[in-house]
Amino acid sequence: RKAVAAEGLGLDPHLPAGTLSEAALEALPGKVPLIKLSYRPPNYETPLRYFNDLFTPNDAFFVRYHLSDIPEVDPNTWGLTIGGDAAAKPFELTLDALKRDFAPIEIAALCQCAGNRRGLFDPHVPGVEWGYGAMGNARWKGVRLKDILERANLAKETIEISFQGTDGPAFDKTPHFVKSIPIWKALDPDTLVAYEMNGQALPHFNGAPARIVVPGWAGTYWMKHVTRITARSTPEDNFWMKAAYRIPTGKFPLVQRFLSQETVASTPITEMVVNSVITAPAAGDAVRMGSTLTVKGVAWDGGYGITSVEVSTDEGQSWARATLGPDVGRYSFRPWTFQVRATSKGPLTLMARASNAIGQTQTSALIQNPAGYHHNLMHRVSVTVA
Amino acid sequence: MRKPLLAALALAVSTAAHADETVITLKNAPGRDVVMNNCAACHSLDYIQMNSPFPDQKVWEAEVTKMIKAFGAPIDDADAKTIIDYLSRNYGTGGPT
Ligand code: HEC
Repeated sequence: RKAVAAEGLGLDPHLPAGTLSEAALEALPGKVPLIKLSYRPPNYETPLRYFNDLFTPNDAFFVRYHLSDIPEVDPNTWGLTIGGDAAAKPFELTLDALKRDFAPIEIAALCQCAGNRRGLFDPHVPGVEWGYGAMGNARWKGVRLKDILERANLAKETIEISFQGTDGPAFDKTPHFVKSIPIWKALDPDTLVAYEMNGQALPHFNGAPARIVVPGWAGTYWMKHVTRITARSTPEDNFWMKAAYRIPTGKFPLVQRFLSQETVASTPITEMVVNSVITAPAAGDAVRMGSTLTVKGVAWDGGYGITSVEVSTDEGQSWARATLGPDVGRYSFRPWTFQVRATSKGPLTLMARASNAIGQTQTSALIQNPAGYHHNLMHRVSVTVA
Repeated sequence: MRKPLLAALALAVSTAAHADETVITLKNAPGRDVVMNNCAACHSLDYIQMNSPFPDQKVWEAEVTKMIKAFGAPIDDADAKTIIDYLSRNYGTGGPT
């Protein structure tokens, strides 16, 4: 049953064999069937073909949790507490007050799990063995975190803002999932407390009734079901900051640094690296000899802006520019298309590589790191011309 | 203070009634019951299958230690040894010799 399911899913054969045999198409309540990697907590990824749309439908949007106690939150009784040792005026907000008291803003942004594509690391590293689909692009509507923080009269000493949601561990000794961001990122006008995605209330599995949105940064900071925002004069000191979601210091070409959490050896993941996928054709598709094939995909980065996508049909020896689609904002997917004529029978391998406005390009050699973050090897898709 | 599998499954039902994790079956080999009794309290057992068969014995040992030290899994030394042995033979590169 499982093997058949996995084949139909078009999973990348480079995933661990155990992942290929246990992954299956399954639907969570309110969701279309997604690729189930784990039942409890639910970790479900979006099949690649959904990224043929610029915005990922809410019911196809990936689901990622670390801890398995995930209560449904009643929006009528939900409250958001703003406090912490660096907040002179702590206060609470209901959902109505959040919507009423602050100016709404909507931003198109990609939410990508830090470990997206972890399953494609060679050699493999332990974790949730994601393929390509631990990401989704949406229009997030909410209010600026900065506007909320302003009302709390933050002390000059504030160095981090931390977030906690309602989901928690099955076992009391397991650390709660609490994440912090540096104060400068919290005050960025694009960092939001969002209550809608793609024009609808947030789905339960994507953080209802409100979640943090940190455009450009890895999904780990986008706290779901957020109920507590804490202004801190000291660095947040828990497993999820000190041990998890860290990369070797200096190993990636990143600009934004989280200095209050950085050590000589490691530093928190921050902005996403430049990346792209081919969404059509799908691996293994048959293409008619002599026909013109439209190759489609999306590209993104940490918010600097995609400037080009190139496609190769000769294993990377030569590259030609794809046509970029509409630019709906620097944190969004940037769609692209490319036409190629199928001129010889047999396998045809397509490769895509994106570059951004600060001169970064996808890598052709994987940057190894223990937790399997920032996989941005050029995507390859092989079809058969017949 | 060990959570038996039944408690774990009851919890699964209460938090995610839709998720039919009972379909997961681990390989039948010595130590399987110890694994099922200790490793399903906080997450479904597909976490093990998904992370296979690439880990060698050292990686499985590090994972089990992480579950105990970082996440508070109440597993005693003898059970930990049985679990590491079972996982490296059945879900790792340290297969039966
Ligand atoms: C007390 C709670 C708890 C128990 C008991 C537990 N785990 Fe975990 N385990 C976790 C948490 C929390 C994670 C992280 C989940 C995530 O981020 O998706 C995890 C993740 C994992 C992973 C993924 C790799 C990683 O390091 O994140 C594996 C494999 C795993 N556990 C195996 C086991 C095995 C084998 C046992 C039994 C020896 C076990 N777990 C028992 C809490 C637990």
